[in-house]
Amino acid sequence: MDFIFEPWPWYIGGPLIAISLLLYFYFGKNFGASTNFETLCTMAGAGRFSAYFKKDWKQRDFALLFVVGLIIGGYLSSVYLIPNQYIDLNPTTMNELTNIGFSNVGTQYFPDEIFGEEIYYSFKGFLILLVSGFLIGFGTRYAGGCTSGHAITGLSSLQFPSLLAVIGFFIGGIIATWLIIPSIF
Amino acid sequence: MKNSKFLFLGVFFAIVLSKTQAISWYRFYEMFKFQSFHMYGIIGGAVVISMVFMQLFKRGIIKDIHGNKIHPKQKKKGIISPLLGGTFFGLGWGISGACAAPIFVIFGFKLIPALLLLVGALLGAFLYGLLSNKLPN
Repeated sequence: MDFIFEPWPWYIGGPLIAISLLLYFYFGKNFGASTNFETLCTMAGAGRFSAYFKKDWKQRDFALLFVVGLIIGGYLSSVYLIPNQYIDLNPTTMNELTNIGFSNVGTQYFPDEIFGEEIYYSFKGFLILLVSGFLIGFGTRYAGGCTSGHAITGLSSLQFPSLLAVIGFFIGGIIATWLIIPSIF
Repeated sequence: MKNSKFLFLGVFFAIVLSKTQAISWYRFYEMFKFQSFHMYGIIGGAVVISMVFMQLFKRGIIKDIHGNKIHPKQKKKGIISPLLGGTFFGLGWGISGACAAPIFVIFGFKLIPALLLLVGALLGAFLYGLLSNKLPN
């Protein structure tokens, strides 16, 4: 039982993600997550503004069910499977974040400075999430994939555009964590 | 329903990401700061094992549920689009610690922040759709 409630180590994560990919392909579909942003736009009526979104979203019902599963799985994990969200961080990471004003570093998955209730009352907090989301939606669609579609599916099937995309992910991620995070907090 | 297996696969995938902490803001922060092996181990492990599966797909040793050969979709060609699009995505990922699948998983942990991320992502995808013919590949 301990295994269920303890955090799972990295060497369990890699194989289980690969098995998820295997099952997705075995079920007859291409593994990825970010195309759903487009599908949701189509469902919301984006086809009226651009032919790009004039697609039959019912063709992607399997992916929408996968998304519903992700939400249910997240809920089950947060309520039943993770009694303690403590993260075993490198002391350097903890010091760095404490120095730029983060509190209770590593005691929960999502820092209050970005995900806490204060953001409901602060324009800055609101904007951080909205703009990040915007970059995620725009970027994944422009790049043609996200971590699942490019980094895992694309790299493992040796596709050159995916290597470029992953290089881009790191350019952006490094700029964000080394330059932007310290300057906005 | 014939597609309900995707629902269960989503539940499974979300539990894997949650239990291995691969949805935590801190795990991505330390990854981009090169201060921990954890996420490299997870993503690297997933890629290496998936490479073996891809070879088995290619040789027809693993077929899909209908008995058809599995062909992973070829990504659209281009240099600027994966690099520049990837960089935009990386900026959002680095700041919020969320990528595409985890946004949905986060709904189970932090409802309002996940909703804000999703609204932003849909606006971003919408803008891309409007501009897609005008952007360089």
